[in-house]
Amino acid sequence: MKQIITGKAYVVGDSVDTDQIIPAEHLVYSLTVPDERRMYGRYALSGVPGSVQGLPAGHVPFTAADAFKSEFGILIAGSNFGCGSSREHAPFALRQAGCQAVVAESYARIFYRNAVDGGFLVPFETRVRLIEVIETGHELEIDSAVGTLKNHTTGKQYLLEPLGDVAEILKAGDVFEYARRAGLIEA
Amino acid sequence: MNITEKIIARHSGRDRVVPGENVWIDVDVLMTHDVCGPPAIGIFKREFGEEARVWDPDKLVIMPDHYIFTADPHANRNVDILRAFAAEQDLPHYYDVGTSRYKGVCHIGLAEEGFNLPGSVLIGTDSHSCTSGAFGLFSTGVGNTDAALIMGTGKIWVKVPETMKFVFDGNLPPYLMAKDLILTVIGDIGIDGATYRAMEFDGQAVFDLSMEERMTLTNMAIEAGGKNGVIAADQTTADYLAARTDRPYTPVYSDPDARYHSVRTYDVSKMEPVVAKPHRPDNRASVSEVEGTKLDRAYIGSCTGGKLEDFVAAAGILKDGRVAIDTFIVPATTEVARLLDTTLVEGVSVRQIFRDAGCKIGESSCAACLGGPIDTFGRTHATEVVISTTNRNFPGRMGSKQSAVYLASPLTVAASALSGVITDPREVLV
Repeated sequence: MKQIITGKAYVVGDSVDTDQIIPAEHLVYSLTVPDERRMYGRYALSGVPGSVQGLPAGHVPFTAADAFKSEFGILIAGSNFGCGSSREHAPFALRQAGCQAVVAESYARIFYRNAVDGGFLVPFETRVRLIEVIETGHELEIDSAVGTLKNHTTGKQYLLEPLGDVAEILKAGDVFEYARRAGLIEA
Repeated sequence: MNITEKIIARHSGRDRVVPGENVWIDVDVLMTHDVCGPPAIGIFKREFGEEARVWDPDKLVIMPDHYIFTADPHANRNVDILRAFAAEQDLPHYYDVGTSRYKGVCHIGLAEEGFNLPGSVLIGTDSHSCTSGAFGLFSTGVGNTDAALIMGTGKIWVKVPETMKFVFDGNLPPYLMAKDLILTVIGDIGIDGATYRAMEFDGQAVFDLSMEERMTLTNMAIEAGGKNGVIAADQTTADYLAARTDRPYTPVYSDPDARYHSVRTYDVSKMEPVVAKPHRPDNRASVSEVEGTKLDRAYIGSCTGGKLEDFVAAAGILKDGRVAIDTFIVPATTEVARLLDTTLVEGVSVRQIFRDAGCKIGESSCAACLGGPIDTFGRTHATEVVISTTNRNFPGRMGSKQSAVYLASPLTVAASALSGVITDPREVLV
C-alpha cells in the first residue's frame, strides 16, 4: 500500500453492484493470460447505466472505447459499493484499469474483503457524501498514513476513516503474505 | 451464544467468540464453480506451487453451473480447466459437464448431494453460498483469493458477525411463498440492511417450510448484504439429510439467552404477495400496487426459483392455461429436471403442463439469472420487461442494461405469465 495515492476522480452513485463493475458476460476471460487480462480494464464499470457513468454529468466511460486502461485512478462512490456477486473479478477489473483506491461511504462485505485479501485496491471509507462535492475529472490526492483526501481542483480536504483491522493485510500486500507472517503458511 | 457464533467458535478452537472478533476458522466444505474456480486454481498454483495438493480432496466440491450451454470458447475453456484440475488432484466431488454426474446450480446441488451438514462451515466462491445456511450451518461467499487460501490451508479468517433475528409466526396462506417473506424483509431493511451481519430465521412459519423453501430465505440473505443466513436444524432437516447422505454431523442451537443485534417479528398470515421492482432487490411493492404492469417475458429458474416446489407451484397455476408472453423454465439441477417428468399436478406431469402452456424449457444451469454469454437461454438483449423468480435485479443483471426485471414468487410469475401483465396469484388460484 502506497502512502500517497494521486489520480483523477471518477464518480459513481450508491449501490453500484458487481454486475455494473464487471458485467457477467465478460467473466469468461482469463485473469492470467495478458491479452485477456487487459479486457477487464476495458470493461471495468461498463455496466453502469450511461446517465450515471461519471457524475455529475454522466455519459463519461471509465475506460475509453478503444483503450484498456482508464485515465481515472481514484473511484469516488456512495454507499454500499460493490454489492451483489462474490466475483473477485470486480476489484481486479478496477485495478486492471489502473484504479488504485476507492473512497466510498460504505461497502458490501465481499467486495471489501476481495479488494483487501487480493491486494487489488485500498477501500477507504468516509462519512462525507463525496459524490456531491467531487466531480469526475477532479485531481485528487490521498494520504493513507494521515487519513486525508485532498481535492486539488477545489482546494478542499476531507477526512477518511481509519482502515482498522485490514490495514495489516494491506500492508503485507495480500492475504497470503499476511498468512505467511501469521505462520499459517510456510514462508 | 447464537447458532452462528457457536459454529464459528467451534471451528476456531475456542469456547466462545463475540461479534467483532477476527478469527481463523477451519473449513468443512469449499465449493467452487466454473466462473470463479479457474482463477482460484490459478492463484492456488501461484502461491503454493504447480505441484501443490489441495488441503483435503474430500472437502472440495466443484460444480460447474454458470455458463454451461453456450458456444463461447472462453466459457468452455473454464470447464476444461476444472476438469483437468479435478483429474490432477483426484477430486471425488467434481460434477462434470456432459456426464451423468452433472448437477447444475451449485447451491441446490450441494443440498441434493448431502454436503449441507448442520453445525459445519461451508464456504463458496459465489455470493449465494449463504443458501446452505438453511441446514443450520455457517455458509458464506468469498472471492478467488480466499478460496485459493482455503485450497492450500483449509482455513479462512472471518470477523464474527452480529446476528439479526427474523421471526415468522402464523400460518402461511396458499398464495404466499418463501420469496414473498424474504422480499418483504429486504424491502424493510434495505440492500445493505444486514451488511457484516448474520440473518437468523426463526418462528413456526419457518419450521413449517420445506427445505427447498427454507433455502429461498437463506439464499437471499446476501441481497440484504448479509454475511450468512441460518435456520436451526430440525426434524425436516434430518429427514432431508437421511435420504441423501450418511455423513455424520452435530447440530448446534442458539442459547435461550443468546444476544442479537435486533429481532423483527412477522405474522405471515397478514402478509401479501410482493415484488421487487427494477433495479434493486429492496425496491419492494405489493403486487396490488404494480398490478397491470405490462411484461414482455417471464422467467422461472435459478437457485431461488428453480427448485421442484417452485415449478409445482407454477404448474398449479399454468395448468390448462396458455402463457401470453415468452415464458422460460430453467430447472436448477438435473434432478429437478428429471422430477418435472415424474411429478404430477392433477394427474399431468409438471413438464407436460409447461409444454401445453407454451413455455420454453431449458437445460439445468444458472442460465440467464446473471446474463452471461450472448447465446444464454432466456438472456435479455434489449428493453425487455421481465418478471422473474431469480434473486437479483440490478441494472444489466439478466444481460441488457436497458431491460427491467421484477422479482417475484413462482406463483406470482406464473399468474403474470398467463395474463402478460403483473398479476396477483390470488386472482388465479382456486
